[in-house]
Amino acid sequence: MTPILIQNARVLGGDPQDILIDDGVIAGLGAGLGKDGATTIDAAGLIALPGLVDLHTHLREPGREDAETVETGTLAAARGGFTAVHAMANTDPVADTAGVVEQVWRLGREAGHADVRPVGAVTVGLKGERLAELGAMAESAAGVRVFSDDGLCVHDAQLMRRALEYVKAFDGVIAQHAQEPRLTEGAQMNEGELSGRLGLRGWPSVAEEAIVARDVLLAAHVGSRVHICHLSTKGSVEIVRLAKERGLPVTAEVTPHHLLLTDELVAGYDPRYKVNPPLRTADDVAALREALADGTIDIVATDHAPHPVEAKDCEWDAAAFGMLGLETALSVVQHTMVDTGLLDWAGVADRLSFAPARIGRCDTGGVPHGRPVAVGEPANLALVDPSTTTTIDPSTSASLSRNTPYEGMKLPGTVVATFLRGRPTHQAHQITGGTAGGNT
Amino acid sequence: MIRHLLSAGDLSLDDATLVLDTADEMARLTEGRAVKKLPTLRGRTVVNLFFEDSTRTRTSFELAAKRLSADVVNFSAKGSSLSKGESLKDTALTLEAMGADGVVVRHSASGAPYRLATSGWINACVVNAGDGTHEHPTQALLDAFTMRRHLGELAGKRIVIVGDVLHSRVARSNVLLLATLGAKVTLVAPPTLLPKGVDHWPCGVSYDLDDALAGADAVMMLRVQSERMSAAFFPSAREYSRRYGLDSRRQSLMPPEALVLHPGPMNRGMEITAEVADSARSVIVEQVTNGVYVRMAVLYLMLAGTNTTEEA
Repeated sequence: MTPILIQNARVLGGDPQDILIDDGVIAGLGAGLGKDGATTIDAAGLIALPGLVDLHTHLREPGREDAETVETGTLAAARGGFTAVHAMANTDPVADTAGVVEQVWRLGREAGHADVRPVGAVTVGLKGERLAELGAMAESAAGVRVFSDDGLCVHDAQLMRRALEYVKAFDGVIAQHAQEPRLTEGAQMNEGELSGRLGLRGWPSVAEEAIVARDVLLAAHVGSRVHICHLSTKGSVEIVRLAKERGLPVTAEVTPHHLLLTDELVAGYDPRYKVNPPLRTADDVAALREALADGTIDIVATDHAPHPVEAKDCEWDAAAFGMLGLETALSVVQHTMVDTGLLDWAGVADRLSFAPARIGRCDTGGVPHGRPVAVGEPANLALVDPSTTTTIDPSTSASLSRNTPYEGMKLPGTVVATFLRGRPTHQAHQITGGTAGGNT
Repeated sequence: MIRHLLSAGDLSLDDATLVLDTADEMARLTEGRAVKKLPTLRGRTVVNLFFEDSTRTRTSFELAAKRLSADVVNFSAKGSSLSKGESLKDTALTLEAMGADGVVVRHSASGAPYRLATSGWINACVVNAGDGTHEHPTQALLDAFTMRRHLGELAGKRIVIVGDVLHSRVARSNVLLLATLGAKVTLVAPPTLLPKGVDHWPCGVSYDLDDALAGADAVMMLRVQSERMSAAFFPSAREYSRRYGLDSRRQSLMPPEALVLHPGPMNRGMEITAEVADSARSVIVEQVTNGVYVRMAVLYLMLAGTNTTEEA
């Protein structure tokens, strides 16, 4: 592959430097680099980030190829600056065997837009009754380290305890969808003043917080780590903060939509805003932003959840839960965290690349992600232009689905290019500027 | 006048007064007459789109539209494509293609009439005839109409609404409309049957029915479904009746001229005793009659002004 010389990029938002990519790795880093025959990219004004890692993606394949495929989902990921995505297990068939996770992993390799790290189901068929063969999935070619029944909560306390204990043998982690099922039967939106007024069944904060509290205590009791998916309430933040102060092994994620959108959007009954956990209040949003800034919440994960048009073009109760997220994640994070002064670009690199790779245990091994932007590291990079403003248009999405909640919104920042081990997996426009001559 | 009637909260004081005054007019024009038909909506098509069983509401709307000489089509969930899983959207597109001017919709999903009115599927006026646990604005209008006929203007009147507020679209619409009309509303229910955030509603809340009834101008009893019992909203039907049912003793706590209302269908012996339901101060049957006048007024005000293409 021809070497690539990225010139004057602000690595993690620092001073402009050149990045030389050769043979899939970062071969040089510094001012005024040169390389004969290299393709040059003028990256003046652009931020260089390590390739983003999503710990929570629904690729829908196998089973719902009308909503998304590994091919289209990873293309959307590349457009969003991601070089690795963790594909959730709630496919059809469920990813609860070595066979299914290997299939998804292989589809990712064939597509080539981003590395696909399958998530294994905790329980057989996501039924919450007995453990799936977690060890077989861990030992498979897919090398599963993250296990989740996402979409459903592992609500049986004994089963959750066993799962937390069992995955210690191969350094796995349980990613819990924290939702007490009895408190959320038929739940449609955040329980509050608005749900009462709209006549929509409430999804109370306590249904999340009760499970978060239980699971950090369980994890502490058995000495395992636990990861909380899409944490959405101020109360959950307080529990995780307290747990971390006590040194308990808990990590947590927040979605872009929970950082930006509130339950007020539900007032028009438009199912684009139907998501699980539901959009919460402005007070919750403020607490989530603060928690992401101070590290109480470790990472941003998209919960990219594609649905076909008919699943949203209907009455609220009948609509599916979920929103697209991969292509807009970084823009939402810039808007809510960077432009507000809560997080710098180094912080963004941590929350969207280093930390999720560590939690998913894909920061080491043969094809590591979330590595520092340093000489000798794999050239997994995203180049971001933070100066742009884009009106979100779902028709331009790489996803097969169109269920973005941001349609018509103006969001900052553009992912200009994404590189997976030195290979461009996304270029917003022609960015290469010719061939470099010798050093001057 | 508003284009769609989706929530009782959509009605300004002027709008609401106009509907009630128009309903008075409808009553005057048809009450006691051999020929109850007015030619007002001749050539207009009103579709009753009922995704949920409700013989009384559908019949009331049907009569109202027919008395205004509109063509009426009934789509109901049983015996049509609605029961075969046809989507709300496809049904709406079908109605649009048939040239419906007004769609009266009853649906088990809260907000379904909003989707019909706002998603661009149809151009017809949409009247919410009850959506899930959200609203039932024409019920609130007929309740207000009934009370106004007996009590005069409702500003300052004290109305007590009792029962399953949590699941009641009737309660939601009544609270909003009565607040607009200036009445003082008190909701009475066990705490389990009040929605979160009810303290932000434009009304008072009490757990004590005896207390609330003193000085009331009218009491409205809501239907309580016995299946709520199995979901632990209250321990037993007997306990519910004792604490929140309206019997003669409780009726006597109210001033003698106070009205008793119920949107129906009643569970006699549960939320209301037969004695009270059939008492002289009960206007429950009259509510049904008035429902037709109010729905005539709504259809007239929403459809008579609209342009149609068929009049050549």
